[in-house]
Amino acid sequence: MCVALPGKVIEVYEKDALVDFSGNRVRAIAGLVPIAVGDYVLVHAGCILQKLSVGEAQDMIKLFEELEEV
Amino acid sequence: MTDISQKITQMKTWLAAYDGPDISIMEVCGSHTAAISKYGISGLLSEKLHLISGPGCPVCVTPTGYIDRLIELSMEKNTTVVTFGDLIRVPGREKSLAEAKGEGASVEMVYSPFDLMRLAKERPHQRFVFAAVGFETTAPVYAMLLKQLVEADMTNVQLLTALKTMPPVIRWLCEHGDGIDGFLAPGHVAAVTGSDLFRPLAEQYYVPFGVAGFGAEELLLAVYGTFRAVEQYRESGIRPEVKNYYPAVVSPQGNQKARELVDRYFEPCDALWRGIGVIADSGRRLREPYAQFDAGSDLVMEDRKKNQACRCDQILMGKALPGDCPLFGGVCTPMNPQGACMVSEEGSCHQYLMYHRTR
Repeated sequence: MCVALPGKVIEVYEKDALVDFSGNRVRAIAGLVPIAVGDYVLVHAGCILQKLSVGEAQDMIKLFEELEEV
Repeated sequence: MTDISQKITQMKTWLAAYDGPDISIMEVCGSHTAAISKYGISGLLSEKLHLISGPGCPVCVTPTGYIDRLIELSMEKNTTVVTFGDLIRVPGREKSLAEAKGEGASVEMVYSPFDLMRLAKERPHQRFVFAAVGFETTAPVYAMLLKQLVEADMTNVQLLTALKTMPPVIRWLCEHGDGIDGFLAPGHVAAVTGSDLFRPLAEQYYVPFGVAGFGAEELLLAVYGTFRAVEQYRESGIRPEVKNYYPAVVSPQGNQKARELVDRYFEPCDALWRGIGVIADSGRRLREPYAQFDAGSDLVMEDRKKNQACRCDQILMGKALPGDCPLFGGVCTPMNPQGACMVSEEGSCHQYLMYHRTR
């Protein structure tokens, strides 16, 4: 139930935003986090919960290397 | 071979070859249970490593009394119960909302609580009650809904709340659980609360927390890292801590604005968990100034099984596997569920049956 999907902000309106999920565009309620067109966001139950930071693949290698250093 | 696929091979090799003392990690979140099944991660583990499904599926931990109360409301005149799809087939003491709907009750299913605004505006004389279940991830969505309801001065919408919070139930598991050595922490709860939420628990109980995402690779990394953290604690005394394996989404502090909004409308309360009982301060209820939006949530204090042989309670606590239940796959199936863990697509029993999991 805590399913949340990452999507890209296409347009920002007064209270919500148009978010693209691989071509499927959905309006999601905004206001919990500052957003701009082009941001990647996490959407849960029709509401934008958080903005995503980029460079995830890089982070993963870094995290793994940290584990191996111990 | 790319850098990442090399790392993945290294992780899989370690997980398959591990031959030390048994290690059990609980994935608290139902979405993790589903992802672990989907990606076959449990099948990569040596017999000494165990992933246990925990009480993090909000539908699964909702007591039968809550379903019964929703059914009562849905039978009342000029009242419609509105819910997410996964709650509609959960059995109460006698029946589910879906069965009640078949008998004429007024029940609507929505994708988002905000769909309720449209329904309520279209039918101003109808009272709409939303089944507000969920953890810290979903609480901000209800807070946003309340903000909109207050701003629009709408009086025909109420919530029946069964909101729950993670730290008290994890604390309960640390004290009453059955040999849980570490936790995969729910990534989308942490997106809101921040990974620091789990720090006091890691420090008090000496258990590692791996905040995990839901993609195959990031989940595998969190599983590997958390098993390794237990091993390193046992072998070298390296103190277990909270490690964030989902940095694209989770920060140490999370979304402060969302938390503040939740605190504006909700306050902590004791909550009843299916099969576990009441855990102090493990829930959220509407604050007094917003009591008009409450549909009698305090009245829900009963939890009685539909089928006495159902072992959902022990499965939720990690004390039994779905295959240990005499009803599993025979009397109890997704088409004819006896307990909540078989209904929800994120429930342990549903996942173990659909993916033929035995461990």
